[in-house]
This record gives sequence, C-alpha cells and structure tokens, in this order.
Amino acid sequence: MFDIVSFFPRAVMQGIPLLYGSTGEILTEKSGNLNLGIPGIMYVGAISGVIGAFLYEQSAAGRPLSAFPAIAIPMLCSLLGSLLMGLLYCFLTVTLRANQNVTGLAMTTFGVGFGNFFGGSLIKLTGSEVPSVALSATSSFFRTSLPFAESAGWFGQMFLSYGFLAYLAILIALFSSHVLNRTRIGLYLRSVGESPATADAAGINVVKYKYFATCIGSMIAGLGGLYYVMDYACGVWSNDAFGDRGWLAIALVIFTIWRPSVSILASILFGGLYILYLYIPTGMDLAVKELYKMLPYVITLIVLIIVSLRKKRENQPPASLGLSYFREER
Amino acid sequence: MLSRFHISKRSSLSPQKAWLIRGGAILLALVICGIITTITTGLNPLDVYATIFQGAFGTARKSWVTWQNVSVLLGISLAVTPAFKMRFWNIGAEGQVLIGCLASAACMILFGDKLPNGLLILVMLLASLFAGGLWGFLPAFFNARWNTNETLFTLMMNYIATQLVAYYIIVWEVPKGSGKIGIINQNSQMGWLPQLAGQQYLLSILIVAILTGAMYIYLQYSKHGYEIAVVGESRRTASYAGIKVDRVIIRTMTLSGAVCGLMGLLLVSGINHTMTTTIVGGRGFTAVMVSWLAKFNPIAMIFTSLLLVFLDRGAGEISSVFSLNRSFADILTGIILFFIIGSEFFINYEIHLTNSAETEGERHV
Repeated sequence: MFDIVSFFPRAVMQGIPLLYGSTGEILTEKSGNLNLGIPGIMYVGAISGVIGAFLYEQSAAGRPLSAFPAIAIPMLCSLLGSLLMGLLYCFLTVTLRANQNVTGLAMTTFGVGFGNFFGGSLIKLTGSEVPSVALSATSSFFRTSLPFAESAGWFGQMFLSYGFLAYLAILIALFSSHVLNRTRIGLYLRSVGESPATADAAGINVVKYKYFATCIGSMIAGLGGLYYVMDYACGVWSNDAFGDRGWLAIALVIFTIWRPSVSILASILFGGLYILYLYIPTGMDLAVKELYKMLPYVITLIVLIIVSLRKKRENQPPASLGLSYFREER
Repeated sequence: MLSRFHISKRSSLSPQKAWLIRGGAILLALVICGIITTITTGLNPLDVYATIFQGAFGTARKSWVTWQNVSVLLGISLAVTPAFKMRFWNIGAEGQVLIGCLASAACMILFGDKLPNGLLILVMLLASLFAGGLWGFLPAFFNARWNTNETLFTLMMNYIATQLVAYYIIVWEVPKGSGKIGIINQNSQMGWLPQLAGQQYLLSILIVAILTGAMYIYLQYSKHGYEIAVVGESRRTASYAGIKVDRVIIRTMTLSGAVCGLMGLLLVSGINHTMTTTIVGGRGFTAVMVSWLAKFNPIAMIFTSLLLVFLDRGAGEISSVFSLNRSFADILTGIILFFIIGSEFFINYEIHLTNSAETEGERHV
C-alpha cells in the first residue's frame, strides 16, 4: 500500500530547494537574463552558510549555541555569498554584455567547484580537529518545527513538520507571484524582459531592473542550497550531494511556465517524482528505478514542446531571454 | 561627478589586437590564480606554476593523459561549434556524447562475440553517429518547426541520456549487483579501437586532429559553412537570400550531434573501454566555453582546450600534493573563464571618457 503520509513530507523536503531555485530563476528570467549559473549559485549559497555556521560553532567551542546567531549567521553568509555570485553574473552580462549562456555555465563550474572545494577542505584550511563537517547543533535550530506538529497526527506530519525555511520558501514564492503580476514594479520588470528597448524608451531603468531582479533571484536560489544542507541533510556537508537539483530547478521554471505560485505545487510534484523510485515496488529490478528518475525531465520536455506548439502568448518565455541589451545597437 | 563614461561599439579591431587583449586577460587571471593558490597552500607563487606544469607535463605518462584529455575536450568543442556559429544554443553536448557512448557500448556487449572485429567497429561507428545525431536532431526539429527553446530542450535531453545510461549499466552490470559494467570484452578486446605505435591514446588524438582540419575547412570554405554563418547572423536575412533556414538548422544540429556521438565512441572504445554515467564528466558544458572562447575558430580551439586541460591537470596536481580537494581546479578554471568572458567587452566596445556637461548635452539631443 502506498504510504502517502510518509511519502508527502519527503516529497516536500525534496521540493523546497527546487522551489527556492525556481522562484529565483523565474525572477531572473523575467528580467531577460537566462542565468544558467543557478546550480553553481545554490552550491555557493549552501557552502557560505556552512562556512558561517562552522566558524560560529568553532568560536562557541562546545558551549551551547543560542538560537538567534545560530540562524542569523549562516543565513546572512548564505545571502551574501549568493549575492556576490549574482553581482558577478550581472557585471559580466549586463554591464559588460557578455554572452549569458557562457557566463552562466562558467558560474556553475566555479560555484560547484567552490562548494566542493571548501566543503572538502574546510577542516584542513582552518586546522580544526573535528573529523567531518557536521553542524548538527546549528542544523537543529533550522529543523525546529512548529510545537504542535507532533500532537496533530497525520495532519501535523504532512503540513506542520518542516523547518521555518520551508514555509519561508512558500511565502517568498507567493510574494514574488504577487509582485510580478499585481504591482507596477512587476509590470516594469516583465517589460524589461520582453522588450528592453521599449522599456528603455518608456523611461524604465533597464540596467537597474536587471541587476535587482538577478541579484534578488540569486539570493533566493542560494537559500535553497542553505535549506538543503541545514535542514534536509541535517547540517552534514558531503561533496556533490546536492547533485543536479539546480538544473531541475531550471526545468521547473519551464514546467510552471514562469509562474512562482504554480511552482509551489509543481516543486512538490517534482520532489515526489525525484524520490518516487524509492516507493514503487519493482521487486529486485533496480534498473527500472533508473528510468523512473527520468520522469521529471521527460515531463518538462513534454511541457516545453506543448507550450511551443500552442503558441499562447502569455505562456511563452520572456521575448528577450538570453539577449544582452545595448541601447545604441540598431 | 566630473567625468562620465561613454561606451560605443567598436567598428573593427584587428585580430592581433583582439588576441592581445585576450592574452592579457589570461595572464592577469593566471596571476590571480597564483595569488589564490599561495593564500590557500602557503606555496610561493613560482612554485605554484612549476607544480601546475609538473602536473600536466611532468612525465611522459602525464603528457599522454594531458593530450588525450585535450583531444576529447577539443573533439566535443568542434562538435558543438557549427551549431553555435548558427547561434543555436545547444548545451546538450553532454547528453549527445553520452548517448554515443551508450550506442557503442551496446554494440560491443551485444555483438562482441557475433561479428568480426572490423565489422563490429564499423557497426559501432554507425550506431554512435546515429544515436548522437538523433539527440541533436530532436531539439533542432522542434526549434525549426515550432521555435521551441533549444537551450532548455537540449538541457533536458542530457538527463534523459544520463538516466538511459544508468538503466543499461544496471541491465549489463558485471558482476551482478556491483552497479558497474567493468571493462567491456576485457579478454577478447572485441570492439576496442586498435593501438597505434603501442600508444593507447594516439589513434584518438589523430582522429581529433583530422576532425579539427575537416571542421575548419567545412566552416570556412564549404557552402554549408557559409549558410551556417548567414543563418547565425540573421535568420530573416538568410531566408530572404533563399536559404532554407529550417533545413540548415536541422542539418547542422544533426551533424553536431553525430560528431558528439563519434566522441562517445572514442571515449568508450578508444580510451576507457567501459561506460559510466559520468564518463563525459561535464566536458559537454566545458566545450561550450572552449568553442566560444576561440570565437568558433577550430584552430584557436586547440589552444583554448589545451589551456583549460592544462589548468585542470595542474590544479589537480596541486590539490593532490597538498591533500586539498580536487575541485580546486574548477575554481581556477572559473576564474580564468570570468576574465576571458569579461575581456570580450573591451574587444567589442570602446570606452570614451567625457565630461558631464557634454553627456548632458548629448542626452538632450
């Protein structure tokens, strides 16, 4: 029998990093920047948080940690790390008008390398005596769930059992959706992504919108990395454990047709598909499980094709996606 | 503010000057990399470069591995180039190579004891070209017909290929339960590409060398190459000029995919004699950067791929000497790439300093 009560929370926990990543990438893409550096940025967000927490735990030297700095320090470090990556991307693609695909791929190479390098060498570099990077003390603050989750039975397990970053992800997605569709800022942002020349002629500061959208998007995506390592992985960093979730987040952007609010449910669906192979009774046939792991990508591909076949205008990618803008061109 | 920048597009810049700017950027990046390595390892900067060189060319064995890595990266970069020249953003080389690997491994395993060796290699060649070509054809077909976003399409195809490979690895695993294929046809060596002059990698290197020349001629001197360039400049212009844009896109992308498939054959039957899901190791993505850094020029790609492999091997040496993490190489590669990417700006644009009054004046015109 399929155990939905145990399956659903695991799907959600798989989905939250994807939700952060896709919300961040949607904001970025709405400004016309196709940031393929998101997988790298999520690694940087995660490792920056880990470095912050590691240094804090080291400085506490065995004394009990207090809740506020234990949460604030890793979060600020994570936000700062991914902000710097976002600024780098903007500087190269917006100010220097470099090719977005190449810049993004270079950022992913750099970011994944950065994460794995510091994750693997943190102990050696700081000369500390712990055997591995396990930040269980800090992680326990991130994992604190609502007080009445335990007593609420299956409802508590399915909806109340998550750390605060999971609820924050949903709030950020709803808020982004509101800003994009219901405010003037969102309207301007979308116009920058559709036709920067028109937006520029209408007096909108294209460069400013691109910088802000991309940097805020990067910071949101970086939080996804932080959630993964601090909550899902219980504060234990292992190299390459984050895997290809960053690319899956980019897939999710297409799957949701650039809508952060849809992404909330879609990310849980993707999270579920990501671990579905664990729940499907295939007997001893391990090979078939590998095919189940293909599902999220196949489904995204089908959505991409259907969207382009139907040609509905509101479902298309932002028209200037992937192109740099130079006012004096043409 | 006393002065402001005014940026305008350069009309033209001599290739020598352009390469001078790029060379300067690489040099600057190498200095920064040296400084960062010194900070993390405490090694003096000159020793850093010496260690990097040692890692890449220290012994004959290391040199062969370096050249073999260059040939693989260069081959994949050549494969993606025609599509990029057409401004078709194919980031699916990873999957196209991988599916080529799968096709040749499948032939080796299924027909290893049924066909004579020469015929088997021919079948493998056809299978890998077809598989890679198919992986290139699909995104091109949808892009040409319905304008489906090719970047996202090819990205998804990577993971479909990865999971297919993962599936067949378990189907064919030796011994059962190990999750690995192991060396294919280890005893009979069926389907292994022959060794030239006793050097395992020489044949692969030669094939890629020939491929480099062929790709250069194809892009520079053939009608197809011309059509690719025109479609890349403007699809509309191309179709006014009577070029069948759809056909050029599909043909070029299928070619790109097929060459990727050929690289898959070299990886499996020429170099590794086994198949894993990570056999391509991100080189499908790195190839995008190699090709772009070389401005889509196959000859220049020899140098850009050598630069990246050299750094990767060298940084690997540094990390093993100092028992640091292997990913140190990725950080250095990233820094070099950022500098070269940034330097393109100074090749394409020039900056004038103007005082604020003038700028205000210009704005009101």
